[in-house]
Amino acid sequence: MDEAAASQDNGSDGIIRMIDVNKWFGEFHVLKNINLNVGAGERIVICGPSGSGKSTVIRCINRLEEHQRGRIIVDGVELTNDLKHIEQIRREVGMCFQHFNLFPHLTVLDNLCLAPQYVRKVPRAEAEETAMMYLERVQIPEQADKFPGQLSGGQQQRVAIARSLCMSPKIMLFDEPTSALDPEMIKEVLDTMIELAETGMTMLVVTHEMGFAKTVANRVIFMDGGEVIEVNEPNEFFDNPQHDRTQLFLSQILAH
Amino acid sequence: MTTAWQPSPNLPPPASTVGAVGWARSNLFSTWLSSVFTVVLTLVTVYFLWQILDWGIFSADLAGNDQSACDGDGACWVFVKDRFNFFIYGFYPDAEQWRVNVMFILLAALIFPQFFENAPYKKALGWIFLTAYPVVSGVLLLGGAFGLEFVDTDKWGGLMLTLVLSYVGIVAALPIGILLALGRRSEMPVIRTICVAFIELWRGVPLISVLFMASVMLPLFLPEGTNFNKLLRALIGITMFQSAYMAEVVRGGLQAIPRGQYEAAAALGLGYWRSMWLVILPQALKLVIPGIVNTFIALFKDTTLVLIIGLFEVLGGVQSAIIDPAWQNVAAEGFFFAAFVYWIFCFGMSRYSQALERKLDTGHNR
Ligand SMILES: Nc1ncnc2c1ncn2[C@@H]1O[C@H](COP(=O)(O)OP(=O)(O)OP(=O)(O)O)[C@@H](O)[C@H]1O
Ligand SMILES: [Mg+2]
Repeated sequence: MDEAAASQDNGSDGIIRMIDVNKWFGEFHVLKNINLNVGAGERIVICGPSGSGKSTVIRCINRLEEHQRGRIIVDGVELTNDLKHIEQIRREVGMCFQHFNLFPHLTVLDNLCLAPQYVRKVPRAEAEETAMMYLERVQIPEQADKFPGQLSGGQQQRVAIARSLCMSPKIMLFDEPTSALDPEMIKEVLDTMIELAETGMTMLVVTHEMGFAKTVANRVIFMDGGEVIEVNEPNEFFDNPQHDRTQLFLSQILAH
Repeated sequence: MTTAWQPSPNLPPPASTVGAVGWARSNLFSTWLSSVFTVVLTLVTVYFLWQILDWGIFSADLAGNDQSACDGDGACWVFVKDRFNFFIYGFYPDAEQWRVNVMFILLAALIFPQFFENAPYKKALGWIFLTAYPVVSGVLLLGGAFGLEFVDTDKWGGLMLTLVLSYVGIVAALPIGILLALGRRSEMPVIRTICVAFIELWRGVPLISVLFMASVMLPLFLPEGTNFNKLLRALIGITMFQSAYMAEVVRGGLQAIPRGQYEAAAALGLGYWRSMWLVILPQALKLVIPGIVNTFIALFKDTTLVLIIGLFEVLGGVQSAIIDPAWQNVAAEGFFFAAFVYWIFCFGMSRYSQALERKLDTGHNR
């Protein structure tokens, strides 16, 4: 499978490079020799059964989880225990979570302005202007003064996307952004993500939305048991899966 | 063929379920047992209320200025009136008491707006209360500068001393408690161990023994002739003690914040201190406002324990005044007065915390 990954690499100058990454939770070997090279502007969908390590992979990229072996290089900066490097990388990498994780004590506008103001030291007026621009882009400018608890799930997730974008990241990570949403709200969030993809953003998306994968992804990665089992471009991946584990997984999720 | 749907009209609720009559019917007289309770409890309440009012007001004595003015039937407020100055200012010299009054007035002026939602300059006044006010009050009360006569802390007492002890205790215990709580959850073993040890040490001993040790034991360890101010020792003892309690209250709030909040803050590039200050603590402290205020109230009342090291705050003042041979049988009046003073302040804190909780409510949390 390493060869499969390598054959899809865009050379060694990817914006994200994971080289033989291994991680353990205590005794439990959760990531096994992950190799991944993501080029700037590439959109990658990661899928796989529950517990296969999908979240852990993308959480290693912004150091929400620490890897114990191998190397991770993001935008030319290697992730080590150096806090400066970690913060530098986190400024360039946005992340959206399954449960949105908006700050409930702040209004939508303040949620969006917080990091630009305190991390990038942007003046408040400018931060607000940027925030309103992104709220328009995710089509909820009228919610700016509400608190997150007053919004629907779909609206909250779009606010969360806008909040990440306010930091003008180079890379966006999504960890099952639609799996906590009711069906009628999934589309509004996916539409926002498709629009984002059209702007050329580098995206890593953990999702089971196969329609999204087909429309947007350059590559689909299938993981199981902490390993990358298969990497392919979407049409090949869905129509002609190479690995029987992939076939089984696809037959299970497509059966729904 | 379909018929157009018409919403049913909204009807008012039946008259017997609304208004005072409806309320009384459903709450006070719903069953015959409930009716009996209502009647009996009302009679008992009225009886005791009458007794208290009779003692405290109708048969009480206020005119005059010594024991002979009290005929013995009701409360002898003459006593409280006569010793009022002592209960408020302790031994603070009469000529200098205006300084204490200025401190009281400033305190009221800074705190009063905090009870109202839209008071002007509320935030600014709050910051003044926490920064400039203690400095100004300290200079004012202690003197020895700006042409003010020096008044040693031995002379401080009464309500003024209660407020000084509580103010310093409250204003210092909260930040120290927050730091201890953060330290206890730190990933750095050394910091964590120090904080745990500190918290458990202070929580494990009664305040009264802390104060006793501070006044009796500490001088034994210090070099001969070191005059370590008694009030300062009490202040340090109270602050350390309450910080430990505060730390545990705050830790409860920190633990209630979902991991996702820490992760979202980290993912946005907010470092540790900014995450804590901007994201975690505002939520955690809001959750534990009742616990924090509870600790403040406990601290306020615990200041009475400084009696053991010879400081006379309100209750101590009352206790020393009622054993004065010039007055007989005035214990009830004295303690009633002290209880009333403490109640006013504690009730004020409680109301303030409720107002704060309402103000900070931002709809359902996730
Ligand atoms: N903090 C942790 N401590 C110990 N084990 C963990 C921790 N986080 C995750 N795991 C374990 O690591 C494995 C991979 O977890 P991960 O969250 O990456 O899976 P996933 O592929 O994202 O699954 P899902 O689809 O359920 O989100 C799981 O078996 C999980 O139980
Ligand atoms: Mg996951």
